[in-house]
Amino acid sequence: MAKGGSPPDGELVQLLTPEGERIESVTGSDGTVYRVDFTDEEYRGLYRDLVIVRKLDAEATALQRQGELGIWASLLGQEAAQVGSGRALKPQDMAFPTYREHGVLYCRGIDPIMPLGLFRGVDQGGWDPNEFKFNMYTIVIGAQTLHATGYAMGVTMDGKTGTDDGEAVIAYFGDGATSQGDVNEAFIWAGVFNAPLVFFCQNNQYAISEPLERQTRIPLYRRAAGFGFPGIRVDGNDVLASYAVTQAALDHARLGQGPTMIEAYTYRMGAHTTSDDPTRYRIASEVEAWQAKDPILRVRAFLEKQQIADAAFFAEVDEQAKREAVHLRERVLAMPDPEPVTIFDHVYPHGSPLVDEERERFTRYQASFEGSAH
Amino acid sequence: MMAEKLTMGKALNIGLRRSLERDPKVIIMGEDVGKLGGVFRITDGLQKDFGDDRVIDTPLAESGIIGTAIGLAIRGYRPVCEIQFDGFVYPAYDQIVSQVAKMHYRSQGKVRVPMVIRIPFGGGIGAVEHHSESPEAYFAHTAGLKVVSCSSPEDAFFMIQQSIESDDPIVFLEPKRRYWEKGEVDLDLDLSAAHPLHASRTVRAGSDVTVLAYGPMVRTALDAAAAAEEDGRSLEVIDLRTLSPLDLASAYESVRRTGRCVVVHEAPSNIGLGAELAARITEECFYSLESPVLRVTGFDTPYPAARVEEEFLPDLDRVLDAVDRSFGW
Repeated sequence: MAKGGSPPDGELVQLLTPEGERIESVTGSDGTVYRVDFTDEEYRGLYRDLVIVRKLDAEATALQRQGELGIWASLLGQEAAQVGSGRALKPQDMAFPTYREHGVLYCRGIDPIMPLGLFRGVDQGGWDPNEFKFNMYTIVIGAQTLHATGYAMGVTMDGKTGTDDGEAVIAYFGDGATSQGDVNEAFIWAGVFNAPLVFFCQNNQYAISEPLERQTRIPLYRRAAGFGFPGIRVDGNDVLASYAVTQAALDHARLGQGPTMIEAYTYRMGAHTTSDDPTRYRIASEVEAWQAKDPILRVRAFLEKQQIADAAFFAEVDEQAKREAVHLRERVLAMPDPEPVTIFDHVYPHGSPLVDEERERFTRYQASFEGSAH
Repeated sequence: MMAEKLTMGKALNIGLRRSLERDPKVIIMGEDVGKLGGVFRITDGLQKDFGDDRVIDTPLAESGIIGTAIGLAIRGYRPVCEIQFDGFVYPAYDQIVSQVAKMHYRSQGKVRVPMVIRIPFGGGIGAVEHHSESPEAYFAHTAGLKVVSCSSPEDAFFMIQQSIESDDPIVFLEPKRRYWEKGEVDLDLDLSAAHPLHASRTVRAGSDVTVLAYGPMVRTALDAAAAAEEDGRSLEVIDLRTLSPLDLASAYESVRRTGRCVVVHEAPSNIGLGAELAARITEECFYSLESPVLRVTGFDTPYPAARVEEEFLPDLDRVLDAVDRSFGW
């Protein structure tokens, strides 16, 4: 294992090189030591997560191509950032995702079919945010960062910070979102109210077709300084570093020491969504350069070098991932369309005479077709 | 105890105080709501008595106020957000119509955001631009939001408390030009015995024309009715109170009796609430109508400079003119 050190400003915190070399620990500029202390079983578990998450994502992309999903936002390339941060969350922590956090969702123990309902158009995401401490996907860019901030303010008001088992909150967003007013307002609120919050920015280099240069003149993690809290840049393709940095920031938050912004430096290997054509705005050599930094291959190389896992293990993980993908496919195909009358459900907690009237009229209209050929 | 004579501003203040006392999860948040007591002093003294955790002075950003209130609501709090002026609510528009309004629907009922968004609205106070707007149609058009407006101190006192108790997200429109007008408020009446939040109220009985109004225009409509009486015309005035959902049962019953209807609001007429009211009344009361439903509204212009706002705003004479036109058919 390579020895640790302090990365110069702007460099990534990394605990596992693209070649699969372990770096024991890294000390941040503020003295925070980033390290992980995993058992062999835990290392294997992270590898398993990464492979399964990628496989399920690929299956969803295929389902979209076959017309079974209306659209899909792939996480390909971002597995390490999501699994690393997602596994660093404690059960009591609350997460506020965008629409691409399928890996974090998986880590929260939510059935991976849940987001597919949203993309298939049969519901708007079926999980219970309160049960899993993972809020609904948010499509409008950056809006959820304010929700996370308010929630975190509530954590403080509830007196749930200041101890090791306190609560922390994490808000996910992308590089494009940093241009949004809401994200900047969230930074301001979080700073002013010392909210127990981790801003986890997955800088995947593109906001649909717009490159990072269209969002910022400075590295994103440096924005945090202007709002009065620490910013740290981590190798988002390194699951160990993503875990270590997120865990440190969450602990910082749960102890009542306020927010942190993490910039997970990564790359979206696929399209923004399946409606997108990345060949129009980025060159093949760039994609190839990032393929060499693949988040899964480096864990595999490490496991092999350290003899933590053997060929039988890798085969078994592949087999499990395949099984889960097939299971997902079967269930997606069996997902029924909702009953049309459910359009009128849950508009208001206390209901509305207007909606009730429309529901009744619609029901009568539908009933008028019963028995007819149409 | 006797009813007290209070301004609408004071009635709102006492109503907010009662809500803060009743439920420790109620919090007030906004710009200047703490020490200053709000630019209209509606939250006067509340931070002093309830602390800065319950009455929170926020940074100056409306989207941030509403967006963080959503998070607090998800966490179990009941935020009451103050937007200083109607024209400042637009930076928060996405958070209100895309987030507040849809959380319950998107989560299939699992997530509730029981919050109140207080907006002092409407003109008539001689303010500069962006301080006198009537944004109700934007919000009433959005499913998931409920929109109400008070017109009297008594309604203000009860409706603000009812809104805070409700799990529905509510846009609460306060007619700012009426803040200083006084009226009787029964402070001892139990909240559950007050007029229901989402129900209109007939504030003056009459037999010749039904006048529908809400918020600042209720006073104007009542003044017009008093003047019309001298001319021998009897106007029935209905205060809608709830703009979404509309409660038109009394309006339908009234129009079937009078055969005539005039709608009054400050907002411009084009695609405004008056259009919705006219359409519904026409659908429901077609065979009873002696003339078309007429609208008396602000003009389809931006809100004008203060020195000419009295020309823009519907007044007693314009309401009476519409009544006359109604009889011209």
